[in-house]
Amino acid sequence: MDWRKKDYLPREEIEALQLRRLRDTVERVYHLVPFYRKKFDELGLKPAHIKSLSDLKELPFTVKQDLRDHYPFGLFAVPLSQIVRIHSSSGTTGKPTVVGYTENDMRVWTEVMCRTYKMAEVGPGDVVHNAYGYGLFTGGLGFHYGAEAVGAAVVPSSVGFTKRQLMLLKDFGATILCCTPSYALHLAEVAQEEGFDPQKDFLLRAGFFGAEPASEGLRKAVAEAWGLKYFEAYGLSEIIGPGVAASCPEGELHIFEDHFLPEIIDPETGQPLPEGEEGELVFTTLTKQGLPLIRYRTKDIASLYKAPCKCGRTIIRMGRVVGRSDDMLIVSGVNVFPSQVEHVLTQVEGLTPNYVIVVDKRGVLDVLEVWVEVDERVFTGDIGALENLKRKLEEELANALFLRARVKLVEPKTLERSMGKAKRVVDRRELKDIS
Amino acid sequence: MRAKYAIKQLSIFLENRKGRLKEVTQVLAEAKVNIRALALAESAEFGILRLVVDNPEKARSVLSASGFTVKEQDVFAVEVPDQPGGFYQVVKLLTEADINIDYTYAFVGGRDSAILIFKVPDELFEKALEAVAEGGVKLVEPIFFYGS
Repeated sequence: MDWRKKDYLPREEIEALQLRRLRDTVERVYHLVPFYRKKFDELGLKPAHIKSLSDLKELPFTVKQDLRDHYPFGLFAVPLSQIVRIHSSSGTTGKPTVVGYTENDMRVWTEVMCRTYKMAEVGPGDVVHNAYGYGLFTGGLGFHYGAEAVGAAVVPSSVGFTKRQLMLLKDFGATILCCTPSYALHLAEVAQEEGFDPQKDFLLRAGFFGAEPASEGLRKAVAEAWGLKYFEAYGLSEIIGPGVAASCPEGELHIFEDHFLPEIIDPETGQPLPEGEEGELVFTTLTKQGLPLIRYRTKDIASLYKAPCKCGRTIIRMGRVVGRSDDMLIVSGVNVFPSQVEHVLTQVEGLTPNYVIVVDKRGVLDVLEVWVEVDERVFTGDIGALENLKRKLEEELANALFLRARVKLVEPKTLERSMGKAKRVVDRRELKDIS
Repeated sequence: MRAKYAIKQLSIFLENRKGRLKEVTQVLAEAKVNIRALALAESAEFGILRLVVDNPEKARSVLSASGFTVKEQDVFAVEVPDQPGGFYQVVKLLTEADINIDYTYAFVGGRDSAILIFKVPDELFEKALEAVAEGGVKLVEPIFFYGS
């Protein structure tokens, strides 16, 4: 079927397709992935028990830790000889999560990226400036291959070197921008500092922004600064990378549910929640061969809506992600768990000093600070020793988080004094949001 | 020699924050602790106030009780003539004995002498005292600071 039609199928057709694919996936993981075989057996569940989509709730969940526990390839459902691409998370809280794609998975990924680009009618003649990171991160290559597939010219600029990026954006006449929303705004600000008018001196007409949460204010600011139409891209590497969902011209976020079957559950009880209610978003992959996942818990809090969209698409919509069911922070598109920071502090010092993670905005960019209390266990009386400690912690944090964190040494009780109560994480970004 | 000449110096960790120095000195003033010598080391974000006081135990306890991070370290003091070459004479002796000086601060002691305070690596403390004494420089006993 032409992928252009897939977003507009009658719902019965979508659901029939989903059921067929779900049964096939369950059959495959039961026979090919020992981890699932064991889980099914423990529940006394056989693939044949899945007769309708509502039987989905009988299936076991998969969590990120399961991927780590089976590092690197333990959950793959095909031999390595059939894998053509491997991506990996930074692996900051222990083992990385590794994902593998077969040739067919790559086709599916490209297809959902085509459907993403289609939201803005991207095609031949467009110049796609792709400032998502290229490498192990799925963002860069995901947007790259999709752009080529729709016939656009893609500029693989990756991240960093902002002034050079501006030069390329301008000189190559980019019409489509792909990057994190905060970086899009940063680019606009630097453009202004350099004496450009982002609206007049550039040809950008649309952008696909994702990999980090964006408030309404930030979306608006990006759209206005560049004079472009803002499209949201939602995805996660475990499921495929970018291309799990994308927003349409009406601003509604559509899930490509013929490949990724979504559910909303109560994060406490694990029970499915009715349409429209907020809860944890869970995906079952329907076509993935390399790493099929059953009921993968994203920890993202969102909601689902089946009613047809004004844009004409019939595929299910998800509300904006309103939060996380765990303590994960997303800083400049990078996932950060407070436990990672604590791990580094303990490693470097041999003890756990009091600390607070402060996420803030400097201009439009996220900044991560770790405030560490200098108490009598840490303090030797030496200024050099403190400076070394600070430098060492910053180095180790950068290694562990793949993100620059500034360490600030503070007096004991400062944290309580300035934060009110004992909190490990202070996120000041929302308070300062551009509105 | 160490037991005889070691002087208790207090190092206090301070964030570079308005009013913080005032708060330390206020705590000491209210506890009637007399500051005999002081130095302030600073980096971009924080500082360390170093004090020699007349009653180190009391100073330490009131500062800790007020939430300051305090570390006690041994330093030694010498008395030199308050004239050109006074400081040089001591530094020369320490350098020739291959002793690194972590830091030093000084004040005018009386009409014609100056008091120099030295912090050296702990494992070289004894050696430093010997080098200075053998070089004919007068070491100052703690009673000079503590007695009030």
